[in-house]
Amino acid sequence: MAFALSEDREREFSAILSRYPNKMAACIPVLHLCQEANGNWISQEVIEFVAARLDLGTAHVKGVVTFYSLFNESPPGKHQVWVCRTLSCALRGSGQLLEHCEKKLGVHLGGTTADGKITLRTAECLASCGTAPVMQVDRTYHENLTVESVDRILDTLRRD
Amino acid sequence: MLERTQYLTKLYGQPDSWTLAAYERAGGYRAVRKAIALSREALVDELKKAHIRGRGGAGFDCGTKMSFMPKEVKRPHYLVVNADEGEPGTFKDRSIMELNPHSLVEGCIIGAHAIGAQVAYIYVRDELHLAKARLNDAINEARAKGYLGARGMGTGAPIEIHVHTGAGAYICGEETSLLNSLEGRRGEPRLKPPFPAQAGAFGCPTTVNNVETIATLPTAIEMGGDAFSKLSALHHFGDGGVRLFGISGHVKRPGLYECKVGLTLRELIYDLGGGILDDRGLLGVIPGGSSCPVHRPDEIVNVPNDPRFEPYNGKSILDLPLGVDTFRAVGGMLGTCCAIVLSDAVDPVMALHNLMAFYKHESCGQCTPCREGCGWIMRILDKVVAGTATMDELDRIADIASDITGNTICAFGDGAAQPALAFVKRYRKNFEDYVMTGGKSQTRQLTP
Repeated sequence: MAFALSEDREREFSAILSRYPNKMAACIPVLHLCQEANGNWISQEVIEFVAARLDLGTAHVKGVVTFYSLFNESPPGKHQVWVCRTLSCALRGSGQLLEHCEKKLGVHLGGTTADGKITLRTAECLASCGTAPVMQVDRTYHENLTVESVDRILDTLRRD
Repeated sequence: MLERTQYLTKLYGQPDSWTLAAYERAGGYRAVRKAIALSREALVDELKKAHIRGRGGAGFDCGTKMSFMPKEVKRPHYLVVNADEGEPGTFKDRSIMELNPHSLVEGCIIGAHAIGAQVAYIYVRDELHLAKARLNDAINEARAKGYLGARGMGTGAPIEIHVHTGAGAYICGEETSLLNSLEGRRGEPRLKPPFPAQAGAFGCPTTVNNVETIATLPTAIEMGGDAFSKLSALHHFGDGGVRLFGISGHVKRPGLYECKVGLTLRELIYDLGGGILDDRGLLGVIPGGSSCPVHRPDEIVNVPNDPRFEPYNGKSILDLPLGVDTFRAVGGMLGTCCAIVLSDAVDPVMALHNLMAFYKHESCGQCTPCREGCGWIMRILDKVVAGTATMDELDRIADIASDITGNTICAFGDGAAQPALAFVKRYRKNFEDYVMTGGKSQTRQLTP
């Protein structure tokens, strides 16, 4: 079935377009909108939809999708977890936390748990260095992490 | 010189600090009325007197940058705020957007008036969902009050602010790549000239400023440019006012502190940061984001032929006031003023290995020296860590880094080369030990 937006998201689509002097500028916000509507990933149908609605070539849209790290080109798990690996977090033990997450979830970095619940990734600096180590779960930051707090967060996600 | 201030941060910690009510209770939206009563030229002159050096890392004077915009508005002018905060070690802009978003909204109205713009875009990295929500709420509150909209601040001229979201790319913090990303393209930097003031967003004259720079405008206007500049201990360097100082890594009290410009690293680390974690020794400090060269505490300031440096010559780098020009003069870089502290528990080879992985991942790939060079340095560092590198290859790191420097479209290349050059030069013995012992003599630790 071809990709389409719900009525609510169509309204959001029009609101996005109204902010810019041309349609191309809406490309990234519209891709975010569509990714959210499509189970957090950008399929070929989504690329064709965005290209058609914004009068862009599919090659342009595909080029944008592949440039940015937060557009998923395959479906992730229900929840996405990013552990910051850059220096300030690494100095505060994010390397050890990452190993702990891999072991606890039984996945390698970049992988998704067998039940499809959690995708584990690293992030480059999340701009939260003063409260390192930090991870992002979906849209929320968790700061000053310890092994215990990571366990609590992951357990909650697994039950969801 | 340690003097903490509370201009940008006065609302931090209050339960409703991000609301219009709290902001106005604390005197907010007074400065903007003063600013719009001035002509464009008079406002830019006032900002020049404030000596606000760009808070995003390059340290360019804000008023001067705004003066580059065409005097006559023949095409739309745009103000673009760079909120793509992602320089490793830097976490100040996020706090402004989350805890004091109205200072940025008010700053945008002032900045837009100074450059003849009617639209401002705030480019926020996608990860900062709370910051985007708080900004959008603040913009809606300001619009409902008539500060934004068709007759902004009752002047009859329209002013609108939009939040634009990125999608995960450090390079979009570079101003021309940010503009490409704003226009819906891949975030690859553009050749300059033309500079944004000639042809920026949508081919129109544009000024791109950092969040903290713009959020500082209300304070500077409220106080008057000259009075604001004189708050700084480096007023005579043309580096004025107050700014946010961040500290992360191995200190007891990591966090953000607002102080007068001219604070020293020693004050930041030992007074504000509470000293080194576990009372260990200090291996080194990166003063303002990972693209700045790392400094060792035994580095001595020596800037002859400039009388302004007389008080500091012969002293430790830790006692040199943190300023754009003071650190440039010693071959360093102030950057974003958010320091990363490495205690002597850290293996500096592993620290550089961590940073180069970042630069290799984030190089946009447009220019060959940066795309290939970051990968080559990473591959050599992998060998160093594995204990299979040669002395020859250690020298090659510096060769490759020097070949990146100055040979790319944007400053990312220099930003990636600087840490490699500085770490290998200042901790040469640690790198050599890896080669000599096949990687057996080192702790390989980043944590205490």
